[in-house]
Amino acid sequence: MGPTLSRRRLLTGVGCSLAAAPLITPMAFAEMPSDNRLVVIILRGAMDGLDALQPYGDPALRVLRPGFDIGPAAGAIDLTGFHALHPGLGALAPMWRQGQLGFAQAVSTPYRGRRSHFDGQDILEAGTAGEVPDAQHRDGWLNRLLGAMPGATGRTAFAIGRDDMLLLRGDAPRATWAPDARLDLAQATQDLLLHQYHNDPLFRDNAQKALSLSAEGLGDDAPTRDADGALFAFAAARLREESRIAALSLPGWDSHRGQRNQVTRMFRRLSDGILRLQADLGPHWDRTMVVAMTEFGRTAAENGTQGTDHGTGGTLILAGGALKGGRVWGDWPGLAEAQLLDRRDLMPTRDVRAYAAWALRGLFGTDAGLLSRVVFPGLEMGEDPRLTG
Amino acid sequence: MPLSPTLAAVRFGTGLSPAHAAPQDAGAVLARLQGTDAMAARYPQPAWAEKAAMVRRWAEARRARNDGSDASATAYRQINRQMFRDYHADLGRIVARGAMTDDGLRERLQWFWCDHFTVTDGGGLLRRSVAAYHEEAIRPHLTGRFADLLQAAVMHPAMLIYLDQARSVGPNSPRGRQGAGLNENLAREILELHTLGVEGPYGQRDVTQLAELLTGLSVRHDGTPVFRGLFVEPGAEEVLGLSYGGARPDEGAIRQVLSDLSVHPATARHLCTKLVRHFESDVPDADMVAAMTRRWIETDGDLLAVYAVMLDHPAASDRALRKVRRPLEFIVAGARALGMGADLPEAGNRIVRDFVLTPLQLMGQRWQRAPGPDGWPEAAEAWITPQTLAARIEWAMSVAASLPEPPDPRAFLETALADLAGPRSRFAAAAAESRAAGVGLILSSPEFQRR
Repeated sequence: MGPTLSRRRLLTGVGCSLAAAPLITPMAFAEMPSDNRLVVIILRGAMDGLDALQPYGDPALRVLRPGFDIGPAAGAIDLTGFHALHPGLGALAPMWRQGQLGFAQAVSTPYRGRRSHFDGQDILEAGTAGEVPDAQHRDGWLNRLLGAMPGATGRTAFAIGRDDMLLLRGDAPRATWAPDARLDLAQATQDLLLHQYHNDPLFRDNAQKALSLSAEGLGDDAPTRDADGALFAFAAARLREESRIAALSLPGWDSHRGQRNQVTRMFRRLSDGILRLQADLGPHWDRTMVVAMTEFGRTAAENGTQGTDHGTGGTLILAGGALKGGRVWGDWPGLAEAQLLDRRDLMPTRDVRAYAAWALRGLFGTDAGLLSRVVFPGLEMGEDPRLTG
Repeated sequence: MPLSPTLAAVRFGTGLSPAHAAPQDAGAVLARLQGTDAMAARYPQPAWAEKAAMVRRWAEARRARNDGSDASATAYRQINRQMFRDYHADLGRIVARGAMTDDGLRERLQWFWCDHFTVTDGGGLLRRSVAAYHEEAIRPHLTGRFADLLQAAVMHPAMLIYLDQARSVGPNSPRGRQGAGLNENLAREILELHTLGVEGPYGQRDVTQLAELLTGLSVRHDGTPVFRGLFVEPGAEEVLGLSYGGARPDEGAIRQVLSDLSVHPATARHLCTKLVRHFESDVPDADMVAAMTRRWIETDGDLLAVYAVMLDHPAASDRALRKVRRPLEFIVAGARALGMGADLPEAGNRIVRDFVLTPLQLMGQRWQRAPGPDGWPEAAEAWITPQTLAARIEWAMSVAASLPEPPDPRAFLETALADLAGPRSRFAAAAAESRAAGVGLILSSPEFQRR
């Protein structure tokens, strides 16, 4: 196993430069970190990027996937003459035309070989250079960003839903809540509860947060019959107030068989969620970027059951008014057998963390050294893709 | 220090009870585990074949509805209601077993291995039928050889469907030459999750070879298992350097590779670490893991012998409560401490929904819907977040408030926490503004939510 990502270890490595950073001044602490907003959606289960953004201009795609619907001839929406958008994402096509939708192709985390969802997601959320994060000392890259963000408070970043997201776990204070959660106790009972929890930090800290979040009635106006809608609406509501970062997950992408129906449904859920954000954020949408990322891509070829198996290179989906989109970033590696990784997977041509890092730099002005050492240890950020223009 | 009765009941059982005495020591825990399975007899779960037949009738009734007649609409509604009722009763039985048992480790092991061999509720034959898979494939093998448990679980129709094995076809098999192909999902999870572990000594080639070896394992439309010779990839396959199978389709070769994997030292280490992480601490005691791993290897995976090492190890008696009860454990322990739950299987959908099904979801453990084949997380931090802790406290308070005659909190503290009760919870129990609030506070206490 590689070096662990203990926060203490990281800070001993870069502590001096952090303390000396001109960004951290007493005045900066009193201000909001930025007026820009970031939404990170973790697509759990490995989204098939070659189906989301179909590179139909590569003739090998049809050969590898004879049973799939590919390209404009099969109902996909042409974007670049080489790439077409899966019809399940069709509701986002107007965003593409407005430059508010974009993709990075052939991306992956540095994870290689094992193709485990669980390790893949941990690495994606921990932002490591490929090593599985140590079980005891793991934190997420968004949390390390918060720790380095001048003016960040416990409300700057919000993890939304009932999942515990590694992406935001760590030492920096952040908020987590679900739209349907509540905790309503008589004052005397509340006092006794906190008395009981006093010496148990896990229970004490979470109970205190729950009591104060519940008292605000945050989820009270969320739609109750539509769980996804509630999640995205809640995210938008937080971002309209003092939060600047929202993280949530959308599981259900593992399409080993009968992929057509499954991914169509999932793409609709994702596009509905993004449209909900756009609608609910109102004027703030123009200062928002949505980053939808998955643990790895899927095999270039379809398998024996009209699905795809675990692969490597995948696709990053970007949206938002803060994005200078309408384009596909990244080099295309090709789908000929010799161009594939292990003769089965799309060859990654860029670390997905580089796009995330440049997004953070564009939105929050985060120092490049901090990004490549603390937020994404060991990352070569490379050339600026100019995501925000 | 030998294992105390309180820890035997709390750490290695379903909790303390006013009606069921805690096991005296580790020997008593093991003796109960070696006895008959009284709870399976008292609360029998339906068989897989019955569930599969029900799903087929449901699917037929749904199709028949297309004729537009009132009769077929009524028939469909009836069977839908029946399935829904059965689904709630299945969960009611799980809670009732844990609340009423004298053999708590058996229920805990059942939950542990059901989670290890996760299959989630879904469409087709997996529609509301997973409880039957648990009963048939897991329950009979909790205390035997791991090889038997492994074979029963991964070769069960529910697993073959869940991890897409049922339709996986060898590319060079007679069926494969007509265009069907391989699916490596089950093969990968057997190596990564069920046996060696993700750090185990295997590579992509072993995954693909095992996937080819598994071809043939399939499921008929009526839910019965079948070995389809026409799906089998011809030739031998090599997994971890050993050759399996040959020219002719041979289900025995599949049993052989599973048997070999079950006694591999990496499997022993992976599963003993997982057991210790589940029962003892999120940061497993290295010596306990090593002792159990040695026993696993010496006995070729005799699970009872491995559990005995765990119970006898000094770390088992450590008074620090490092683990957080998972939501199902928490609800069962709450019902048990209050002497409730015996009649839950017959209590009807609404009671099961309000008391168990919805609370489980709010606490982050939606019943039979683990996020993936790796099952539920272990870390305390994954279970105790503001939103899920709120759901636990709300449950504790509302159950306490619904009791017609809540017990005196000072007495209930002795029942539910015994010698684990700390001074702060003792104070809260005595100072609560009502009996119900006191009982709710005890159920919410860290001592009750940990084990």
